[in-house]
Amino acid sequence: MEISSRALVTQVHGMLFGVFFLLLVFGMVVELCRSSFTSQPSQLSAKGLSLQRFYLVFTAVVGWFAVLTGAYIVYPWYRAIPPATANLANYPQALLKSSPTTAGWHSLGMEWKEHVAWFAVIAITMAACVLIQYGRAIRQHPQMRKAVHGFVVVAFLSAMVAGLFGAMLNKHAPVRGGTIHQLMQERR
Amino acid sequence: MNSSQQKHEAAVSNSTESVLPNGPGAAAILSAGIGCFLLSVFAVIADASKPAAKFFTFYVPTGPLSGVTTTAIFLWLVTWLVLARLWHHRTLPFAKINIVAFAFLFLGILLTFPPFADLLLGK
Repeated sequence: MEISSRALVTQVHGMLFGVFFLLLVFGMVVELCRSSFTSQPSQLSAKGLSLQRFYLVFTAVVGWFAVLTGAYIVYPWYRAIPPATANLANYPQALLKSSPTTAGWHSLGMEWKEHVAWFAVIAITMAACVLIQYGRAIRQHPQMRKAVHGFVVVAFLSAMVAGLFGAMLNKHAPVRGGTIHQLMQERR
Repeated sequence: MNSSQQKHEAAVSNSTESVLPNGPGAAAILSAGIGCFLLSVFAVIADASKPAAKFFTFYVPTGPLSGVTTTAIFLWLVTWLVLARLWHHRTLPFAKINIVAFAFLFLGILLTFPPFADLLLGK
């Protein structure tokens, strides 16, 4: 069982940071929805408040790792321009654009994903800062709470678009190359 | 935690709740909307013109995406900082802030959607 270094980094970007970010943002959506329907605000202990702050900061940090590894490590491999006689299998963008049946994965999927993913981290960073700064006091500002909810939902949808297209792109034109790592060797 | 600590925390919490104006929150929300909008505008400009694409290429392997996102993130943070300073002690009409912030966000999403951007650029 082996994996190339580029495939491994792509998995870390998508499956570790990307999916984990999506799960964390979904947790925020659920918690914000739940808190909207409670008559009494939750009385968290000091430790609970610290954990809540940690969760919010951690979510934003994971999001930044996802977009930064995507834009500055994986995307350059994806968009690399192949030499004239190269095997397109090692050049995902060129491979997708070489056929009308797959070109849409780039022109719609990657073109949308590469920008909309940043909306998710901008929105979550803002939401984390506002929720930490206001804490329980946010219930005194219902309009602000609604806006934060709205941005978190948009962040979730944006992360979903990025994740879905990321998975489909990697299915149709996986990022390949780099050093091969042997993970396991079968005994014969 | 003993009862005196709990009372102290409740007092701190109550005082925070009564003191905090909505200005800092408004600054964060509006600047996030503006940041998303700017990112999409820069992306469309980089897609429309080769000199702009070259200008936005801060890191060659990533291409124009590097400059588009870096510039947008920088302007988002500057906007946030400026608005937060201006509105630090102010209470603002939040409904209006929300309308403007979500209008920017909606326009941003629309502009990043490739079929709409292509339509706009006549591609």
